[in-house]
Amino acid sequence: MATPVMDKVEAEAASSPYITATFRIRRFNPEVAAEAYWEDFQVEIDPKERVLDALHKIKWDMDGTLTFRRSCAHGICGSDAMRINGRNRLACKTLIKDLAPEKPITVEPIKGLTVQKDLIVDMEPFFQAYRDVMPFLVSHGNEPTRERLQSAADRERFDDTTKCILCAACTSSCPVYWNDGQYFGPAAIVNAHRFIFDSRDEAGEQRLEILNDKDGVWRCRTTFNCTDACPRGIEVTKAIQEVKRALITRRF
Amino acid sequence: MQIHKYDTVIVGAGGAGMRAAIEATKRSRTAVLTKLYPTRSHTGAAQGGMAAALANVEEDNWEWHTFDTIKGGDYLVDQDAAEILAKEAIDAVLDLEKMGLPFNRTPQGRIDQRRFGGHSRNHGEAPVRRACYAADRTGHMILQTLYQNCVKEGVEFFNEFYVLDQLIIEADGVKRSAGVVAYELATGEIHVFQAKAVVYASGGNGKFFKVTSNAHTLTGDGQASVFRRGLPLEDMEFFQFHPTGIWRMGILLTEGARGEGGILRNKDGERFMEKYAPVMKDLASRDVVSRAIYTEIREGRGCGPEGDHVYLDLTHLPPEQLDAKLPDITEFARTYLGIEPYTDPIPIQPTAHYAMGGIPTNVRGEVLADNTTVVPGLYAAGEVACVSVHGANRLGTNSLLDINVFGRRAGVAAAEYAATADHVELPEDPAAFVVGEVERLRDAAGKERVAELRRELQETMDKNVMVFRTEQTIKEAVEKLAELRARYRNVSIQDKGRRFNTDLLEAIELGNLLDLAEVMAISALARKESRGGHYREDYPNRDDVNFMRHTMAYREVGDDGTETVRLDYKPVVQTRYQPMERKY
Repeated sequence: MATPVMDKVEAEAASSPYITATFRIRRFNPEVAAEAYWEDFQVEIDPKERVLDALHKIKWDMDGTLTFRRSCAHGICGSDAMRINGRNRLACKTLIKDLAPEKPITVEPIKGLTVQKDLIVDMEPFFQAYRDVMPFLVSHGNEPTRERLQSAADRERFDDTTKCILCAACTSSCPVYWNDGQYFGPAAIVNAHRFIFDSRDEAGEQRLEILNDKDGVWRCRTTFNCTDACPRGIEVTKAIQEVKRALITRRF
Repeated sequence: MQIHKYDTVIVGAGGAGMRAAIEATKRSRTAVLTKLYPTRSHTGAAQGGMAAALANVEEDNWEWHTFDTIKGGDYLVDQDAAEILAKEAIDAVLDLEKMGLPFNRTPQGRIDQRRFGGHSRNHGEAPVRRACYAADRTGHMILQTLYQNCVKEGVEFFNEFYVLDQLIIEADGVKRSAGVVAYELATGEIHVFQAKAVVYASGGNGKFFKVTSNAHTLTGDGQASVFRRGLPLEDMEFFQFHPTGIWRMGILLTEGARGEGGILRNKDGERFMEKYAPVMKDLASRDVVSRAIYTEIREGRGCGPEGDHVYLDLTHLPPEQLDAKLPDITEFARTYLGIEPYTDPIPIQPTAHYAMGGIPTNVRGEVLADNTTVVPGLYAAGEVACVSVHGANRLGTNSLLDINVFGRRAGVAAAEYAATADHVELPEDPAAFVVGEVERLRDAAGKERVAELRRELQETMDKNVMVFRTEQTIKEAVEKLAELRARYRNVSIQDKGRRFNTDLLEAIELGNLLDLAEVMAISALARKESRGGHYREDYPNRDDVNFMRHTMAYREVGDDGTETVRLDYKPVVQTRYQPMERKY
């Protein structure tokens, strides 16, 4: 059992080097003012903490009106996708030390969805696109008494896209989505992929037809923003390419 | 204020709520109210697996599973309920597979299974492979699969609606549910939902601890709403501390890590669980392992400069196995600790994880008004409820099972009841309580701050009613909680608006946590024995003569308005298993 790394981690923890970081947050509350604006907060914090911890410090000890969504605080629930230093990330999965905290850290709502208050956006169009791709297993005929059989290799085929937590980091990082409110967006395609490539599913053709629409996969310009943004490490662009290929070959 | 009328209203959209919704929507006009979006629910954070004696990889049967559940719960489990849990587990897993859940597979293409704490072959002989799993994302897959099927069935959701009150009408000595009152986050509007049947599936209340695996939103809103209306809460002193939370942060690292062969070590590198549980070792039940970890720490064998944690060692496992079976938790170690689990052990400490207690129900999910009387039209399932299948300590993988088995049962029972019952007439001014609380908090000018009271609450709970308890520490907690509850009356908030006022809701959630923390402490003080997750250093033995019974806590309001918690007790249902000494 090796311990050198542990000694380092524990030594750092023991000295707890607090820093003062500036959080530059995009504020908007239409109850108070029609225009959004930037507001700076100085936060004394351990740089090994999360951006979410800093937002909590601000809300709890400085300004209770600061509004954002969050729940699990460790990258599983998908509530706190936001634009941090110009890049989409989960606030609970982003450590302050990884953001060059000597400069102001900017925090804005994700783009392409209507801002409702501070960092909260209207998620409804995002979930509507998800619902539109038939995101559920479809099978016909009699069900087996026990489980359906599926080989480990067939299960592996769609493993990557089962990881999606519907945080919208990918969709709201997509320039096509920003400029065109009709595009399904990467997350919906990822969730279609999850079923199209599931050997147990029988509605692949229908989903492909939905995505063959003028607002479907062909809008993708492979800028890879989505892949960079995904906090679950899903190869989003690759999944979209696989759906495109399936549309051409009708093999999946 | 808006008034809505439904047959069935489900409160909460985690595993239990959505499993109930799939059944209820097929049978009745159903609305699901959730304070989050459904896929944000904390079911998604569950990792390791869902128990069912499928016997896909080795011999197993539901009778062994029943026994393990009862023994794991230190004989406080209602044995009829445990038998249902274990029997219906098999169909519950198969149903999820048919709904599309991507379980890991065996080489034969069947659902794969792995070992988990407390699950054994033939009444404790050796660990058994009973946990059905999808890597270390089983809860995520269950939550996604159930949401997918809710979309398929056209379940009607009211997202970001906080249920803040339960409407109860009492006539001829019978308490009936008339509906619920909810607060809409986006607008601040109050909504009354009149319903023939209400199902609570709103999850746990672990956020009154500081080091916890629970989400920020797990504030016991459902438990607090029914308790405030005079209904009991059962076994609230029993709280599970999961052995392996990330040091200081509490983020869960699945027991599946030990199921895959991970080992707990102290600062000397010793595999200390061999001393405490010679047969099951690192896979003893969670209460046993958590106590063992703290014993090591107290006796000076903890790791780090402050000796305040131990190691979860995965370094002897092949990296391919970690990647395939434990991808998420190894990533948590990298992200939050900067540690590479291939080569370095992970610092861990027990983390507040799961409420065994909750709203008492029978096996149909019907809520109880006392030891035997059902509240017509009121149901509960999942962590918010206490059936009791978990007794004094829940086995790992039995909660994902519980939400599916009893979520389904509650959904069916509620919708069937709604098909025959009439709506109960709403009380006059049904939203009065919620409107009053919301207005009071919006207008309050007191000096107390929500965050400060919450910090003090969490500190006193961690210090006094965690893994080890004594009369003195619990009394300290009781006194502190009385002080905090008094100070809570002087809380003020900064956000006075109506739109997305999370400042206001955090204040309301804190009120719920304070109420429930008091119930827990008072229940713990009265239980002068050690059983499962409730360990009293001043009463270190289990006492079946005096305490083989469930605690039932009621809120009493005196003529002068003072609130107290009254305790009563309910017998444990025993069928075929006599209590024995618990060894692993």
